Amino acid sequence: MSEIALKIDDKDIKVPAGTTVLEAAQQAGIYIPTLCHHEKLEAFGGCRLCIVEVESRGWTSYVVSCLYPVAKDIIVRTRSEKVDKIRKVIVEELMSHAPDAPELVKLAEVYGADRNRFERKESFCVVCGLCVRYCDEVKHLNAVGFIENGAERQISFIPEVAKNVCWECQECFALCPTSYAQAAYLLAEALAFPGHRKVAAARAAQKPNKSRVIPIAAVPAGN
Amino acid sequence: MPKLQSAAELEKYRAGILAKRDPAKPCIAVCAGAACDGMDSATVAAAFVAEAAKLGDKIEIRTTGCHGYCEKGPNVVVTPGDICYFEVQPADVAEIIAATLKGEVVERLVYKDPNTGAKAVHMNEVPFYKHQTRLLIGDNPNIDPMKIDDYLAVGGYAALVKALTTMTPDQVLDEVKKANLRGRGGGGFPAGSKWETTKNAPEKTKYVIVNGHEGESAAFMDRAMLTGNPHKILEGLIIGAYAIGAQKGFMYTRHDMPRLEKHVRNALAQAAEYGFLGKNILGSGFDFECELHFDVGIFVSGESSALMRSIEGHAPEPRPKYIRTSVSGIWDKPSNLNNVETWANVPQIISKGAEWYTSIGSERSKGTKLISLSGNVVNSGVVEVPMGTPLRTLVFDIGGGVRDGKTLKAIHFGGAMGGSIPADLIDAPLDFDGMSKLGAPIGAGGLLLMNEDTDMVEIARYLLDFLVKESCGKCAPCREGMPQMLHILTNMTQGKGKPGDLERLQDLAEVTGAASLCALGKTSPDPLKSMLRYFKPEYEARIPASSGDK
Amino acid sequence: MSGNNINGIIEKYRGQPGSLIHALVEIQHENHWLPRDVMHQVADALQVPFAQVMQIASFYKAFSLTPKGRHEVHVCSGMTCHLRGAAKLQAKVEEVTGIKDGETDADNRFTLATGACLGSCSIGPELIVDGKHYGRMTPEKVEAVLKQYE
Repeated sequence: MSEIALKIDDKDIKVPAGTTVLEAAQQAGIYIPTLCHHEKLEAFGGCRLCIVEVESRGWTSYVVSCLYPVAKDIIVRTRSEKVDKIRKVIVEELMSHAPDAPELVKLAEVYGADRNRFERKESFCVVCGLCVRYCDEVKHLNAVGFIENGAERQISFIPEVAKNVCWECQECFALCPTSYAQAAYLLAEALAFPGHRKVAAARAAQKPNKSRVIPIAAVPAGN
Repeated sequence: MPKLQSAAELEKYRAGILAKRDPAKPCIAVCAGAACDGMDSATVAAAFVAEAAKLGDKIEIRTTGCHGYCEKGPNVVVTPGDICYFEVQPADVAEIIAATLKGEVVERLVYKDPNTGAKAVHMNEVPFYKHQTRLLIGDNPNIDPMKIDDYLAVGGYAALVKALTTMTPDQVLDEVKKANLRGRGGGGFPAGSKWETTKNAPEKTKYVIVNGHEGESAAFMDRAMLTGNPHKILEGLIIGAYAIGAQKGFMYTRHDMPRLEKHVRNALAQAAEYGFLGKNILGSGFDFECELHFDVGIFVSGESSALMRSIEGHAPEPRPKYIRTSVSGIWDKPSNLNNVETWANVPQIISKGAEWYTSIGSERSKGTKLISLSGNVVNSGVVEVPMGTPLRTLVFDIGGGVRDGKTLKAIHFGGAMGGSIPADLIDAPLDFDGMSKLGAPIGAGGLLLMNEDTDMVEIARYLLDFLVKESCGKCAPCREGMPQMLHILTNMTQGKGKPGDLERLQDLAEVTGAASLCALGKTSPDPLKSMLRYFKPEYEARIPASSGDK
Repeated sequence: MSGNNINGIIEKYRGQPGSLIHALVEIQHENHWLPRDVMHQVADALQVPFAQVMQIASFYKAFSLTPKGRHEVHVCSGMTCHLRGAAKLQAKVEEVTGIKDGETDADNRFTLATGACLGSCSIGPELIVDGKHYGRMTPEKVEAVLKQYE
């Protein structure tokens, strides 16, 4: 496979063709923030936080590094006035749903985001899709999926499936940046299959190792 | 009907059709386009058929697709002579037939100038039609879309014959490149380049797609073309498939128009029957088949990569453009997608050549453009003019100006993803790049007139309201940014504007435009941007005077 | 609900995950809504996860997850209709039917859906009931039009 030469933040990088800019940056120890990205999942391009500035043949464009393939002689900047502004506004938009999510709070500090800038709609879900995609691509169970479109898009646990598989698994809970996935599961359980946990716990007791509920992430003190 | 297996057989068949048609025999064409149909032209057509039946075979009655003058429907055109009758009712039928048999005209039903009262009888005298160059839509009044023979009678499929039997795929591609045919769906991207990318992709299986979704608000010309002359689009598609090396095509259109569905299904079936689709088309060795797919009622599925996901059976989520669909599209195969009007341009480029085509239009926008003229205009309808035509011609000469005696405030192009320009820019030419620079890109070609009573803050609010419902929800800038802009604009229209609103709007517009995944999100702030460029005082007036903006 | 017809549709598309949307469109057309158990049958027969069927069914507003009324009422909300007074028309329709956008009344008589531009702009603003176009509408004409539909 051929090697591609490019520049990221003034560093000369050489990586095989087909590598994404994000992968290339990570391999070179250059940090680019992400939210919806996970090494076990196909790159999604949903949160847009990994956006970078790319200069190529005289044109400047803004692309998401998790999907953009490296190309010969491109000049990538992971921070710039415009890139920073984009990240700041996206964080502000997401904080209208989950103002205390630890990852967002950290990013807000770096980019000067104001959690109160936009109208609040406390759904606590930032629609990153980690839970849905993990359950689809890694577990092949599809116990949780997206429903609705646009601003109404949300995750939904399918009771008929969730009651049989979720308690033993729980792996998506740890992935969720806002702890909403866990709350959504518990609500679905309470409404659609209460008491089922005993059955699931009995099943799990026969297969040791996995049953645990992740404690809800603590709100960072003093911010 | 046995399959036509060579160019010679087609020409013989065509000659046979023409021999049976007497050009002197009167023909009454009743428009069944969307607006005329909505005004019950079907009853008018039925009345004509009933009356004509009493006369044996003296008069032909033909139901056609959209003539274009939607405002004045139900439309009727009588040949020979192209006599135009407007707002025809069933009660007028007997009189029209009697006059036609005598070679006379029914004066009370012809066009009358609203100011001078001057009459115009023939199509080339009626101001609405006179200023147009109807290369694409001109055939509509002469074709019953359910009869492939009508299309053959006006020379249909001759371009396909020329391409398959006298040109190599490379030569066809070259001609389209030389013609500088630019996409008519909104992108304005050179079709020839797109074709070439798909053609050069290493995968052997390739697809071509007709995007007949036409979700842009107030654009109705694609449906007029596809419902009125589906074979013209199909012919263009087959020629394109030949040039690109695609074996299969998809026509993607809306689910909510029964007549459109009927005409397209029938056209595909008849084309297959005659041998224009299938194996070894006209003995050329080229195989090609075409499937019909429908959207399920959402605007975003008109975006090319979302459309392809929809054909695959998934939710229409657009893909980022780093993976060009011309290289990896439907089921990851190279797929070339073009708009209905773009495909419709192809046969004439092959028949008459790129040199002829480039003689029409402006320096970088060639050919004609179909425009859906509507809004506060006197004459609404589907019109066709050469690129480069000044907007003034469209608005006043063809459109007849603003209705109800009002004055023109703004012209809007491109629906929810376009922009508005003020009336004083009315001499700007219709041109992809020029209009983009002014902030009102042509888009698919829906041109709306806005009168002096139009609230430009409310219009931006309305357009965002539409887009918010149509967003797929995958990416944050669109899913979050648009509702936030909508919220601020709604407050402003309700007298609840706050200091800092314009800055918030500008930041949201900038980020949504720069960071969204697809064209829907990216262009969603464009109407707002054009409003802030040309109509800012209206916006500033909605913000209370303040000290210390955020 | 004609169970036979629905089964026929499902059988036609058995084993074809790419035809999910086709299958759902036909069932919606036949049945006027998509019951959950039917969606499960589609998931099983077409070999797609139920979550995907659910996503498609809730994504597109042409599908209904609850029974629709006997008559579908659309007020076109396209740009031309908007400029020609569609908002007032919409308000009157909501008043006469007693329901809002997306809702069905308690007698299952009407379902109200705001339709995007339907391409007949010259006769806007428009009211469309069961596919029939009532063009150049005014709020005053609404009651008479809707009275025809039981």
